[in-house]
Amino acid sequence: MAHASTAHLETSTGIDNRKLLMWFFLSSDCLFFGSFIAAYLLYRDRSLVGPYPEDLFDIPFTSVSAFVLLMSSVSMVLALAAIQRGNVRGMQIWLFTTAMLGALFIAGQVYEFTEFHHEGLSLSTNLFGTTFFVLTGFHGAHVTIGVLILLSLFVYSLRGGIQQKDSLNVELAGLYWHFVDIVWIVIFTLIYLVQP
Amino acid sequence: MTLADYRKSRGEPAIQEAHEAAHSEKHPSAREYIAIGLVLGAITAAEVALYYIDISRNVLLTALAIMSIAKFTLVVMWFMHLKFDNKLFTYLFLLGLLGAIALFTIVLVTSAADVV
Repeated sequence: MAHASTAHLETSTGIDNRKLLMWFFLSSDCLFFGSFIAAYLLYRDRSLVGPYPEDLFDIPFTSVSAFVLLMSSVSMVLALAAIQRGNVRGMQIWLFTTAMLGALFIAGQVYEFTEFHHEGLSLSTNLFGTTFFVLTGFHGAHVTIGVLILLSLFVYSLRGGIQQKDSLNVELAGLYWHFVDIVWIVIFTLIYLVQP
Repeated sequence: MTLADYRKSRGEPAIQEAHEAAHSEKHPSAREYIAIGLVLGAITAAEVALYYIDISRNVLLTALAIMSIAKFTLVVMWFMHLKFDNKLFTYLFLLGLLGAIALFTIVLVTSAADVV
């Protein structure tokens, strides 16, 4: 299936520069999150004072959050499939659904952070707190930016700004969104399910 | 001379034709995307179930690693279309991913951390 928006571009690689740049960014973001995950695993057991991960983590709650983010990836790819078929209305519905699922994930993270804070964990309490909040906080920031991008696309499409020929805009937002999802797949397993 | 003219003079296909050729393999249908989503949900449920089952730590870690990699691969290959897209994107992403894994390994090995 050809991407209508990229079909008319003439570049030396034959690839749209925006898409190439997005993949460059995602590649560099792998290193960004890899560093924080390594730092977390390195320092989580070296806290001199509590609370510790096993005192705080609520696996059922985080599992639901992980499921919500996974399902947002499904709705995102359905939005792209819709616009590539020329179904603008379908794209709008799925884009909005994705943004709402992302917002729900963020709400869950805010709740989790608040609970942890009430239990005595802050950014400066111990090494676990520092590395945990930095890692999951940056991920949450990525999700928040993603939600803003999706809502911008949604509003833009309501004003008639996105047609089938503009599907690359949705595809780029989708690449970013799916990346945020795969980062959470790794975080969920390594940080929450594999405990000391 | 434009790039299009240059390619034409060399007998190479226009970018549009090349791009369509690169995408000749059909993307999954909406139904297939939903099926993949259900598989992802099922794997997540299995991961959480394993967490509560009393099994040896080595078995748990191996199973979690396999399931996590499976979810990661499904999203990257199908939802991010690396399976169908230009191979350059795959190489670019692998560059970052392998870099992250290398960084991860070096940091943890040199620190002699008992991470799992």
